[in-house]
Amino acid sequence: MATVEELKLRVRELENELIKCKQKQSAAEDAQSQELHRPKIDKMSAEVVDSNPYSRLMALKRMGIVDDYELLLFDYDKVELANMNRLFFQPHQAGLSKVEAAEHTLRNINPDVSFETHNYNITTMENFTHFMERISQGGLEDGKPVDLVLSCVDNFEARMAINTACNELGQIWMESGVSENAVSGHIQLIIPGETACFACAPPLVVAANIDEKTLKREGVCAASLPTTMGVVAGILVQNVLKYLLKFGTVSYYLGYNAMQDFFPTMAMKANPQCNDRYCRKQQEEYKKKEAERPKVEVVEVEEEVVHEDNEWGIELVSEVSDAELQAASGSVPDLPEGITVAYTIPAESPASGETVEETEQSLEELMAQMRKL
Amino acid sequence: MADEATRRAVSQIPLLKTHAGPRDRALWPQRLKEEYQALIHFVEQNKAADNDWFRLESNADGTRWTGTCWFIHELLRYEFRLEFDVPVTYPDTAPEVAVPELDGKTAKMYRGGKICLTEHFAPLWARNAPRFGLAHLMALGLGPWLAVEVPDLISKGHVIHKEQQREAAAE
Repeated sequence: MATVEELKLRVRELENELIKCKQKQSAAEDAQSQELHRPKIDKMSAEVVDSNPYSRLMALKRMGIVDDYELLLFDYDKVELANMNRLFFQPHQAGLSKVEAAEHTLRNINPDVSFETHNYNITTMENFTHFMERISQGGLEDGKPVDLVLSCVDNFEARMAINTACNELGQIWMESGVSENAVSGHIQLIIPGETACFACAPPLVVAANIDEKTLKREGVCAASLPTTMGVVAGILVQNVLKYLLKFGTVSYYLGYNAMQDFFPTMAMKANPQCNDRYCRKQQEEYKKKEAERPKVEVVEVEEEVVHEDNEWGIELVSEVSDAELQAASGSVPDLPEGITVAYTIPAESPASGETVEETEQSLEELMAQMRKL
Repeated sequence: MADEATRRAVSQIPLLKTHAGPRDRALWPQRLKEEYQALIHFVEQNKAADNDWFRLESNADGTRWTGTCWFIHELLRYEFRLEFDVPVTYPDTAPEVAVPELDGKTAKMYRGGKICLTEHFAPLWARNAPRFGLAHLMALGLGPWLAVEVPDLISKGHVIHKEQQREAAAE
């Protein structure tokens, strides 16, 4: 006899299947009646004519050639009605996994993109191994790494997991996020060994200039505003295009303060004392590579840095008052106006208490002891 | 910040020594032993103080933990299942504790029943990594969450005592 739980699960499964069937059906109907689905284009034309879906992109001559591309999507959530305010999912997709629904919608928009979806939590042991394998092997050309990893997650654990993977693999990635009060956000380009990784400093936050005392946190954990998320997503994708198609200045860190429409920007070097040993290893390798570079090039790089600094016109001033410094239990990194850290970590360890004693007991014995309690 | 009683309890939980996560094959078993030692110490201490409130056990490799926690409100005991995975970035980041049966009942929760910790928890954990372990997570994370959320859920009628539920069904 099946339990109520099992039956509930079965109902859920059947509901999911029904959603998928309905989707397939409506997709088929769409295709027949309106011929909305154009066939996949094998080779991209550089012609600037209306029948070429890429003509407007091609018109931007300076961008050069856009290659065929591939997206790998990772997520473990399901689409819910609560997501409709800000994500591009549609009500009929409720119940589907987010990656599945996203693939379906995106494929309809652009059939030339190859998709690979993974519906799992990247922070657990087995999934993480697979996640790393797909970053390092999942490029369009089999066995090659992906070009860029984009982090669009909503929690610290997942960001740290991506950071760990990218530091170990030397994979360039872009981090993005919106604050829990939904009125600020940021994007960050992380080049392992060169720019600060996610573990190099305590989490950076864009100061929203809201009096914390007036912010009521009771009763909710996170707010969301579709517009803030849309702006940050737009900034992220713009930076991706600039990076991949090599135009303009790619931002290292760009914040968005929605309350004042202020966009603080900066570049942060990797921290030699970073907690992540792979970050430190990448820094060593970066140093070696820099040292091997011919001198002429080095001059060029220096010029570029000066140029960038002038362009941003940011004054590097510490934002913290004496009182705040006193209250803080660790030093705040030198950050431009509008960017601060979520918290500080003291260099010295805080008052240490008693530690666990050496034990003769084996792990199995301890496990058994715990069960008997 | 956690109340005085919690702080006292935490100060009595032994700190851990081994900085290793589940990906560290060589050192993880040692860390796991320390986790169990600290947890056993904490539970025994709770029992002695007549404040026993949770049980936890893990799978063989210590990456998945399940258990129960309970909360006494107006002399009635409310018990909940709890679960979490140890993330690959542990102990630099804390596991996300979930109480699945309360999913959807409180705004102080993320999808899947993951509890939403106070803004003080992340800094506290980061400052004390890697010496804080799962016992600290219980004392500073789940404990204060239950103390705030359960009475509220009961008063709103979202959580009903199991025996009262049975009586109501029998009527």
